[in-house]
Amino acid sequence: MSPEAAHHPPVQGLAHQFDSLEQQTEATTLGMWVFLVTEVLFFGGLFMVYTVYRTWYPDAFAAASHTLDITLGTINTAVLITSSLTMALAVHSAQLGQRKLIMIFLLATMALGGVFLGIKGVEYYSKFVEHHVPGPSFHFEEPQFAAHAQIFFSLYFLMTGLHALHMIIGFGIMLFMLGWTWKGGITADYYGPIEIAGLYWHFVDIVWIFLFPLLYLLGGRY
Amino acid sequence: MAAHILPKRVYYTIFAILMFCTYLTVQIAFFDLGRLNAIAALAIAAFKATIVILFFMHVKYSTRLTWAVVLGSIFWFGILVALTMGDYLTRPWRMFG
Repeated sequence: MSPEAAHHPPVQGLAHQFDSLEQQTEATTLGMWVFLVTEVLFFGGLFMVYTVYRTWYPDAFAAASHTLDITLGTINTAVLITSSLTMALAVHSAQLGQRKLIMIFLLATMALGGVFLGIKGVEYYSKFVEHHVPGPSFHFEEPQFAAHAQIFFSLYFLMTGLHALHMIIGFGIMLFMLGWTWKGGITADYYGPIEIAGLYWHFVDIVWIFLFPLLYLLGGRY
Repeated sequence: MAAHILPKRVYYTIFAILMFCTYLTVQIAFFDLGRLNAIAALAIAAFKATIVILFFMHVKYSTRLTWAVVLGSIFWFGILVALTMGDYLTRPWRMFG
């Protein structure tokens, strides 16, 4: 038997170490989840810091949280959830090999991601105008809370900033997937890359699902 | 070959539930429920995250190994929170509230 005969017939997208595309998709999905576990603990450390400081200074945190725009925060949550829907539909289209629909849904996901970042930019801008950015020019309306409100805003900018960085990276991933699909690299059999990109995007959505109530909603709005 | 193709209506249903939960959590924030505010907000967020993981991320239809990894992340985060708060909340010299 010649060595060639032992090889599989060429399958688009199948790496030589896997028996089948199904096995390959399982392995890549698992690998992506292992990466997401590290991301959970990466953000988890910040959520931990938030929890400790919020337990220590609940009144200052409530006062600082109160200054965030709940309307913009809610709109952004809706925008991001909608982008998760379009991402899920992109994966669905990929599983069915509908090239055109994949690209439409990827573009929709990117557009919604862009809207999210735009609204976030508007929110950041108003925080700069109000001198709520930690640093020498920091000013808080209720002086007794100023020192601890600064801790809240440090965490606010760190956590939403890191989240926004993940969105920007996700934007790049979607662009890459768009090109891959455009060139015909994604088929009903080989849809794994879109699925993996989807896992990343949904993870970023989940981070925001927790950031939104912790930063915007627990501020004594009543 | 695709393992498990869900009908589109599953995604639309999950989307509708997520939107409703967002509406609900914002409404609840305007009522003074004391400690329940934080509990309700986190419970709704956890529920939203769970359905995103199960349906949008297809974990409900994934292998057991994937389940183990996903639950592992929650478990390790639980260790982080439990040990850290176990320390900070039991420091008698620290005033809370």
